[in-house]
Amino acid sequence: MTKLTVNGTQVEFDGDPDMPLLWFLRDVQGLTGTKFGCGIAQCGACTVHVNGEARRSCVTPISTLDGADVVTIEGAAGKEVDAVRSAWIELDVPQCGYCQSGQIMSAVGLLSMNPKPTNEDIDLAMTGNICRCCTYHRIRAAIHDAAGRMEG
Amino acid sequence: MNQHIKANRRQFLQGSAALGLVVGFHLPVGKRALAETAGEFAPNAFVRIAPDNTVTVICKHIEFGQGPYTGVATILADELDADWAQMHVESAPANAKLYNNFAFGEVQGTGGSTAMANSWDQLRTAGAEARARLVAAAAKEWDVDPAGITIDKGVLNHASGKQATFGELASAAQQVEIKGPFTPKDPSQWKFIGKQRHKVDTRAKTDGSAVFTIDVKLPDMLTCVIARPTRFHAKVKSFDAKDALAIPGVKEVFAVPQGVAVLAEGYWPAKKGAAAVKVEWDETGTEARSTEALVKEYVDLAQTQGKPARNDGDADAAISSAAKVVEATYVFPYLAHAPMEPGNCVIQRTADGGVELIYGSQIQTIDQGAAAAVLGLKPEQVTIKTLLAGGSFGRRATPNGEIAAEAAEVLKAAKHQGPIKVQWTREDDIKGGRYRPVFVHKLRGGVDTEGNITGWDQVIVGQSFMIGSPFEPFMLKDGVDQTMVEGASTLPYQIPNLRVSAHIADVGVPTLWWRAVGSTHTAFSTETFLDQLAEAAGVDALEIRRKLLSKHPRHLGVLELAAEKAGWGQPVPEGRARGLAVHESFSSFVAHVVDVSMGSDGMPKIERVVAAADCGIAINPDVIKAQLEGGLGFGLSAALFGAIDLDDGRVVQSNFDDYRVLRIDEMPDVEVHIVPSKEKPTGIGEPGVPPIAPAIANAWSKLTGQRVYTLPVSRSATKA
Repeated sequence: MTKLTVNGTQVEFDGDPDMPLLWFLRDVQGLTGTKFGCGIAQCGACTVHVNGEARRSCVTPISTLDGADVVTIEGAAGKEVDAVRSAWIELDVPQCGYCQSGQIMSAVGLLSMNPKPTNEDIDLAMTGNICRCCTYHRIRAAIHDAAGRMEG
Repeated sequence: MNQHIKANRRQFLQGSAALGLVVGFHLPVGKRALAETAGEFAPNAFVRIAPDNTVTVICKHIEFGQGPYTGVATILADELDADWAQMHVESAPANAKLYNNFAFGEVQGTGGSTAMANSWDQLRTAGAEARARLVAAAAKEWDVDPAGITIDKGVLNHASGKQATFGELASAAQQVEIKGPFTPKDPSQWKFIGKQRHKVDTRAKTDGSAVFTIDVKLPDMLTCVIARPTRFHAKVKSFDAKDALAIPGVKEVFAVPQGVAVLAEGYWPAKKGAAAVKVEWDETGTEARSTEALVKEYVDLAQTQGKPARNDGDADAAISSAAKVVEATYVFPYLAHAPMEPGNCVIQRTADGGVELIYGSQIQTIDQGAAAAVLGLKPEQVTIKTLLAGGSFGRRATPNGEIAAEAAEVLKAAKHQGPIKVQWTREDDIKGGRYRPVFVHKLRGGVDTEGNITGWDQVIVGQSFMIGSPFEPFMLKDGVDQTMVEGASTLPYQIPNLRVSAHIADVGVPTLWWRAVGSTHTAFSTETFLDQLAEAAGVDALEIRRKLLSKHPRHLGVLELAAEKAGWGQPVPEGRARGLAVHESFSSFVAHVVDVSMGSDGMPKIERVVAAADCGIAINPDVIKAQLEGGLGFGLSAALFGAIDLDDGRVVQSNFDDYRVLRIDEMPDVEVHIVPSKEKPTGIGEPGVPPIAPAIANAWSKLTGQRVYTLPVSRSATKA
């Protein structure tokens, strides 16, 4: 039995201990905002926060999360989240939109550790998140925009 | 601003966390969209106005990132003088009579960058009709002359002080009968076209609420993952399901033409199950060559003339009498589309004996027919609810409707009677074929003593994905697949002796159009070869294009704009070189000027891209900019890294670890300029892709002295 917190709610799971957090969230909890892209931690579409840090949920077995605090795109909140979401909307970052939950969770993770990132910081923090629409140019601009919003 | 999309669905929270999905759709009746509730105004198949004052535009094009939802909302909002906040977009049901793509004949589907081009007149007229009937309804109610009624932000006004919203007039407008023709607004009156900046679907794509096929959850639904062969078209000879069935959650294991299907309660047990099935495959007659062997065969074939696609003057004579002759052979790899959402489809039986498909369908009419054929149904017994898709780049537009057919095969063979979601793994996607074909181009060109290009001869070798498809009658001309030669056979440069021919190779690898289709390779060979000829002639790359494009003002327009903004001819910063390319595809024109430097890994580092585009009237300039940014990123990804290889007929690559795609640190600075135009809108989903690779190669050869003949560049660039 694994007990963890998802978006502030205590939940339990006693199924397959190997099941990745991604599929626990999507198929068991019905939280479909977190996406499946590769299954091998190469694309970042599945990024969530575990104990406050960005994590690829597709390779994180549920059994390793006893006592963990998991936050998904549906439950993400706080000043970094507000700033990132506002910047994403202002700059119309998403195209197909499929990878954007993961992009946003990674961007929030970056800004919560580094509120004023440089282009190099952004590239480093976001390089694990693939966008096949290649919205990268706007992601970079939106993270700078979000940083500005957090200041102001 | 209220920016959400309805897209024929509503979400609601079940309990604390479970996200459910209620699927509702509107069946069109005659030429009108059926009013959902009493009091709705539905003047035609493209617009509905509800008493709650929402305006819903029905979009016949799938939204997978290129912005048609925003485009159709913009056109309608303008014709109606609506308030942007009241605009909603919903995807059209499968109904080719109402929602066919004019570019595809009687077929409903999205592709070829046609969405805005073929919605423009249709939606402006639909909007003008809705507007005229709202005005007529108000005039009748207020007993005033309709000519005295104006509309501002969704409110009808009259000098008498009378006012009403669209919603208040919806019921009355539904009863009004007036005859057309309905004339769209004059461009001087546009408030949204060319100005509207925000998209209708952004908000739902920032909070996880946008629903894709993978997110569909229906009562009693099982997930299906298929164990697939490693050779294309191999068949199941036998299988042992014992280990798979022992996995908790696995419900059923059975053979389908595509492989062995595993049905389970969710993706994880289905995937585990598919990995646990022991399958013996029958590989009789399957493709067993390697890509290396294929390329060798193609290069040999390219030494001979293929079937003529274009033949002006006498290319052989011109080249043999030229002062300088240049020759080059280009090799292009197989490319996977690799959209972020791996292929999938939800299928369920309906109460009336038909089936419903719920997924990102790109060619609804073909998908309908394909599923119907598998299940022995009539096409109209297959309904489709088109959802957003997590990219496609052509992948979901299969000429045989194979994604729908696969779901139908699974449904047909399953004991389970409830809904089924077939979900591909990323490996299924990367190894699953339907690639941009391998191509080899052989070019020869001649330059005279005055520096004029006198002859051009181009032979193209590759597979045709049109042969045997429903599109064959339109796309094959005199034995030449136009999708193989487009961009080369349509070369705009004024060269008196020009020949282009093509050989169609017979290879057992499924191939498909891939964002920008033929131009993905023809733009590269033609634009880099032209630079090579320019060098032989001793003429600057921009100068030679100016000279040869005097009869092509729109090519010249984007080229001059990009060159001016990039400072062509001015000194390039130390350690960098500058290159350019221009290309027309899908009736739109794009030029790129790029600065490259040597990266630490010996690969080109793209420092800056200046892009210019002419796609007619810019309905949503910011969407156009986004497509140019993303399009060049997509093209850059393939140019630098993209390649699928076959070894013994088996695909070598499997996932994003070995099928490398562009990441944020490789994305250059991009500057986009749009040529103002009064021409009708043309596409922009694809035209931003083709010029980037040749522009980079042209800059790279200036920087290093090395021409790029083989893509991706990672296979030809010198490693430091």
